[in-house]
Amino acid sequence: MLQIDLWKRIVIWGTVVIGLALALPNAFYTKVETANDAAAAIELGVDTTENREIAGTWPSFLPSGLVNLGLDLRGGAHLLAEVKVNDVYEARMTALWPDVRDALRGERATIGTIRWNSEAVKNGELRVQISKPEGMAQALTIVRGLARPVVSLTGAGATDLQVSGDGNEIVVTLSEAEQQATDERTLRQSLEIIRRRIDEVGTREPTIQRQGVDRILIQVPGIGSAQELKDLIGTTAQLTFQPVVGRAGSADGQAGVGNEILPSVDEEGVFYILEKTAVVTGEELTNAQPTFDQGGRPAVNFTFNPTGARKFGNYTAENIGSPFAIVLDGEVISAPVIQSHIPGGSGIITGRFSVEESTNLAVLLRAGALPAQLEFLEERTIGPELGQDSIDAGKIATSVAFAAVLIFMALSYGRFGIYANIALTINVGLIFGVLSLIGATLTLPGIAGIVLTVGMAVDANVLVFERIREELKTAKGPARAIELGYEKALSAIIDANITTFITAVILYVMGSGPVRGFAITLGLGILTSVFTAIFVTRLLIVMWFEKRRPKKIEV
Amino acid sequence: MRLRLVPENTSWDFFARSTVWLGISGLMMVAAMVSFFWQGLNYGIDFRGGTTIRTESSQAIDVAAYRAALAELNFGDVVISEVFDVNFAEDQHVAMVRIQAQDGQESVKGDVIDGARTALKTVAPDIRFVSVESVGPKVSGELIKTAATAVALAIAAVLFYIWLRFEWQFALGAVAALVHDVVLTIGVFSELQIRFDLAIIAALLTIVGYSLNDTVVVFDRVRENLIKFKSKDLKEVLNLSINETLSRTFMTSVTTLLALISLYVLGGDVIRGFVFAMIWGVIVGTYSSIFVASAILLRLGVKRDWSKPTDTTGNQFGDVDA
Repeated sequence: MLQIDLWKRIVIWGTVVIGLALALPNAFYTKVETANDAAAAIELGVDTTENREIAGTWPSFLPSGLVNLGLDLRGGAHLLAEVKVNDVYEARMTALWPDVRDALRGERATIGTIRWNSEAVKNGELRVQISKPEGMAQALTIVRGLARPVVSLTGAGATDLQVSGDGNEIVVTLSEAEQQATDERTLRQSLEIIRRRIDEVGTREPTIQRQGVDRILIQVPGIGSAQELKDLIGTTAQLTFQPVVGRAGSADGQAGVGNEILPSVDEEGVFYILEKTAVVTGEELTNAQPTFDQGGRPAVNFTFNPTGARKFGNYTAENIGSPFAIVLDGEVISAPVIQSHIPGGSGIITGRFSVEESTNLAVLLRAGALPAQLEFLEERTIGPELGQDSIDAGKIATSVAFAAVLIFMALSYGRFGIYANIALTINVGLIFGVLSLIGATLTLPGIAGIVLTVGMAVDANVLVFERIREELKTAKGPARAIELGYEKALSAIIDANITTFITAVILYVMGSGPVRGFAITLGLGILTSVFTAIFVTRLLIVMWFEKRRPKKIEV
Repeated sequence: MRLRLVPENTSWDFFARSTVWLGISGLMMVAAMVSFFWQGLNYGIDFRGGTTIRTESSQAIDVAAYRAALAELNFGDVVISEVFDVNFAEDQHVAMVRIQAQDGQESVKGDVIDGARTALKTVAPDIRFVSVESVGPKVSGELIKTAATAVALAIAAVLFYIWLRFEWQFALGAVAALVHDVVLTIGVFSELQIRFDLAIIAALLTIVGYSLNDTVVVFDRVRENLIKFKSKDLKEVLNLSINETLSRTFMTSVTTLLALISLYVLGGDVIRGFVFAMIWGVIVGTYSSIFVASAILLRLGVKRDWSKPTDTTGNQFGDVDA
C-alpha cells in the first residue's frame, strides 16, 4: 500500500529540480538579460574585457533562458502589413511590353500598327491595340509564344501568361498558377527584406512572421513608436534604372505613350521624361557599398547579378552617349550619360550625397527594394512605462492571489493543504521554467492566465482531498483511504483538465498576440498543475506517511 | 479545526424547484439576448476598427477640453474617458481616447494619430501617449469572425469529448450550461456597456473551460454513482452526486475567485474588463453546472446499466475491415 518506486521518486524530484532551475534566471531578470546580451556580443566578435566581465556575472553552468516579455509588458511597436501583390503583376506587365512590341513588330503586314494601352497595367493587364483586328489570331499566337513554363511545384506544366483577344485589343495577364507562384515569391522577398532592414538597426528579438496569404506581422520590442518602425521598413524604396527620353519643365508635361515624368531629387524644378519600362531593377543588385568617386565625393558602388549584368551590359553597349536615370522611390537620383559599354555588371552612382546619405543609400540598396507596397492594417504602440506599470501591477496581484490561496488551503486542509501549497509553489515555478525553455512570450493576459492557474491548480488537489475525506468515512484506515482517494479522483481530474486544455489549444490556434500568450500559460498551467497535484503532493504525503505511520489522519 | 465552506454530509435537494431555476435561467438568457440585440456590445477597436490612445498627464484631466480639441479635427465619433486605478500615482492622470475608424479607409493612416497627438498637446503640454493602437476595418471584421469561430469550435470540441467519455445526454447538458454561461456573459457586457475586445473572447473561452471543468466533475460522480446504486432513481443519484461534490465545487470556486478578485483590484485597469468577465464566468459557471447541466440531464434521462457493455462500446473501431 501507498508505495512509490524509488525510480519514480527520482524522476519526480528530478523534473521538479530541472523545472525550477530553468525558472531561476527569471528571478534575476535584468542581470541575466545583460549577461546574455554581453555573451551574444562576444559571439559576434565584440570580445572586450568589459563584455567578458558582464557575461561572467551570471554563472555559465546555470540555465540562462528567460521568458520573453510581450510587447504589452516591454513596450514596443506592432504592425500588421498587407503586401500589395498586385503591384508585382503591374510591374511584370510593364516589363513585358517591350518583348511584345518587338515580337509583333515583324508582323506589321497582318496586324497593322500596335499601340499600348498603358492605363490597363493598373489592373494587372497588358492591353495592346492592333489596327487590323482580322490579324488577331496571328497576333495571339505570337504573344502566346512569349509565355514560359511556371517555376513552382504546384503549377508544374502551366505557362505564366494568359493571352486572349478582346475586340481589337490583345489582353495579356498572368495565369493563375503564375499569380500564385508570384505571390509566394513576393511574400518571401518582402519578409526577407523587412527582416534585413530591422536587423540593420539591431533591435532585440523582433518577430517578423507571415500571416495568411499576403500579410506580414512585425513586432519590435523597445522601439519608440509604430511610425518609427514604418519609417525603418520604408514603405517603398524601389530602385530602377530607366532610359531617359528628355527633360520636362513641370510634372504635368506631355510624357508620351509608355513614358513617365519624374522629378529630380536634388535639382529643384528639374523633371525627366523616362521610359516606364526599366532596364534593370534593384532586385537584380547583389551588393552596394558606399565609396568615393574620382573627384573624392561620396558615391555608391553597386554590383548586379548575372542577369542584371547582362541586361545592363547590353543596354550600355547599345546606348553610348545617351543618358539614363537612376530612380529611387519615384525620384531621379542622377541621370548620367553612358560613357562606355559597362560589361562587368558593376557601376557607381554619383549624386550630391553626403557621406551619411551615401551610406544609407548603400544600406537600402543592399537590403533590396520591397517588391511591392505595404499597406498597414493594424498598428499598435505600447510605451515602456505602461508595460512596466503592468508588470508591477501583475506582480502585486499575483503575490496577493498566491498568498490568499495558500492561506485558504492551509486553513481548509491543514497538513495536506500545506503539501498542496508546496506543490502550488512548485507549479508556478514549473510554468516559468517551461516558458523559458520553449522561449514563449509572457503577455499581460498571460499573467492573468498564471493567476487563474493558481486558483484552478488547487482543484486537482481539492478533488483528491475531498475524496480522501469521503473514503475515511468508510473507515478502511488512512493508508487505504489515501490510496483510494487518488485512484477514484483520477478520472474526474483527467476529464476536467482535458476539457479545459482543449479550449486552451483552440485559443492558441485561433488567437493572436496577447490572447495567444494567455492560451500558452493556461495550457502549460494545466499540464504542470496535473503533474504537481498527481505526483508531487502524493509523493509528499507518502513520504510523511512512511515516516510517521499515523493511525488516524485528518484531512 | 478545519475551515469548512459547506457542512459535512449535506443532502440538499437541488431539483425540488428545478423548473423554477431553469425558468429563471431561461429568462435571464432572453434578457441577455434582448440587451445584446437592443443595445449591442460596446465593441473595442479590435472589432470595429479605429484608434485608441492612452494618455498620461500630471495635470487633472478635463474631458471637455480634450473633446473640444479633438472636435476640430472632424474625426466623427470620439469617446474620451478618464481611467482610475489604485496603482496610479498621485499626479498620474490617465485617459483613454477612442476615435472611430475613418470612412473609406481600409488601412491605418498615420494622419489621424498625428492630428490627435498635436491637438491633445495643446490642451495638456506634458501629455504622454503611453499606448496608441489602430486597427483598420478590414482586420477588425476578420477578428470578429475568428473570435466567433473560436467560441463555436471550443463548444463543439467539448461536446464531442464529453459524448466520447460519457453519453450524449451528458454532452447536451454540459453544452446547454456552456451556452447559458456564454450568453449571460455577453449579456452582462452589453447591459453594462463594458468594452468588449479580443481579450474578452479569451475570457469567454476560459469560462467555457472552467464551467466545463465544474460540470465534468459532477458528471464524473454521477457516472460513478449510477453504477454503484443501480436501483436508485436518477433524481436521487444526481442529488447525491451534487451533494458529494459540493464541498469541492465551493473550494475550487472560492480559490479561483480569491485569485481573480486580487487581480481585479490590483492587476491594473488594462485587464480589468477581462478579469471581470472571468469572475462573472466562475460564478455563473458554478451555478450552471448544478442548475442547468444536471437539471437538463435529469430531464433527458440516461442509460442506467453501465456494467454491461453495449453493442457499440469497446468495439467501435474493431469492425472496420472485418
